[in-house]
Amino acid sequence: MTYLTGLLKIFIASMVVNNIILMQFLGLCSYIGLTDNMSASIGMGYAVTFVTVLAAIVTWIIDHWILIPFHLQPFLQIVSFILVIGSLVGLVEIYLKKMSPNLYKAMGIYLPLIATNCLILGVTFVISMHRLDFIQSIVEAIGTALGYFMAMLILAGIRERLRNSELPEFFQGKSIAYIISGIAALAFMGFQGMIK
Amino acid sequence: MKKLKIIWNGIVPSNPVLILAIGLCSVVAVTNFVQNALLMSFVFSFVLILSEVIVSAIRKWVPDEIRVPIFVVVIATFTTIAALLSHAYFPAVYDAIKLYILLVVVNCIIIGRAEAFAYKNGIFDSLLDGIGMSIGYSWVIVAIAVIRELFGNGTIAGLRVMPQAFQPALVMILPPAGFLVLGVLVGWLEWSLRKREAKK
Repeated sequence: MTYLTGLLKIFIASMVVNNIILMQFLGLCSYIGLTDNMSASIGMGYAVTFVTVLAAIVTWIIDHWILIPFHLQPFLQIVSFILVIGSLVGLVEIYLKKMSPNLYKAMGIYLPLIATNCLILGVTFVISMHRLDFIQSIVEAIGTALGYFMAMLILAGIRERLRNSELPEFFQGKSIAYIISGIAALAFMGFQGMIK
Repeated sequence: MKKLKIIWNGIVPSNPVLILAIGLCSVVAVTNFVQNALLMSFVFSFVLILSEVIVSAIRKWVPDEIRVPIFVVVIATFTTIAALLSHAYFPAVYDAIKLYILLVVVNCIIIGRAEAFAYKNGIFDSLLDGIGMSIGYSWVIVAIAVIRELFGNGTIAGLRVMPQAFQPALVMILPPAGFLVLGVLVGWLEWSLRKREAKK
């Protein structure tokens, strides 16, 4: 029972309390770049969720079955993780193209963008730093990805409204996106006390 | 003269953070205290300069199709060295920003410069470009960090500057202010660029 509560805690913590974009600032490029378009944000959200979970599983196995038993972790971790994630994204792309063209059309164009997204690599480092077990890692990955999805939807929705409103000259362009994220982050600070 | 221009180019005209607006994750995250920003600048400069030199040195033997994975391996090697070095010499600061130091490996600025400059130019020019870009990155993040720490904590790099009566605005060292300060900075920059265009 305590294990399940622990899982729930990890989920809430990774999704809202330590929201990957608003509290930890990972994946900002795609967050600022894609959110002026609602459907692109949704496509990116699905693709990120999918790849994050896969990457968490694969890098957990590599970390615990190869790097830690052979004492390679401190100096081979970065190189092996980034290469594994890069090739994983390539494989997923080829597989989707062949097996389900519709799904590929929906998220295919976002997959190459993900390979260099610091969010995916960040989640795998966090998992390895906190020494989570296998199930906990998957929960952490799902929570983080959903947190990313949620932040993308929030900002995309607000920016869609902003297009029809009159902004002060100073804040036109990208600037207002940062200001809105700052205010959203202030709101998310309210979750801070939830998890001890 | 031309060589100086390569360095100057990274400091202002195509400053990686302010003008090109790439690699922003670490900019927002590590600027809450000046020490964090200084360590981050050191790691970033170390990785960028050495990767550019190495990529430029091996560029004739790198096949075009697999150049990006090779760049990534070079960058990852230097990131590992920098992370281990800073863990050994600055353990307290390293613990505070560990995640962002490890993530230098996917920093868009470094991969971008390796691809756009070092892969096409000689070793000495790449070295100069690396130095220029590093200075350009470092002065921006240290400047933001000074603003945030001064108003959020009343100190600069741990030394008390503001008088005792100064009431620190705590929000400045919390995560949201990273977005707010960057938003104002970007807004000011775009606004002044637009104004200059309009004058012409």
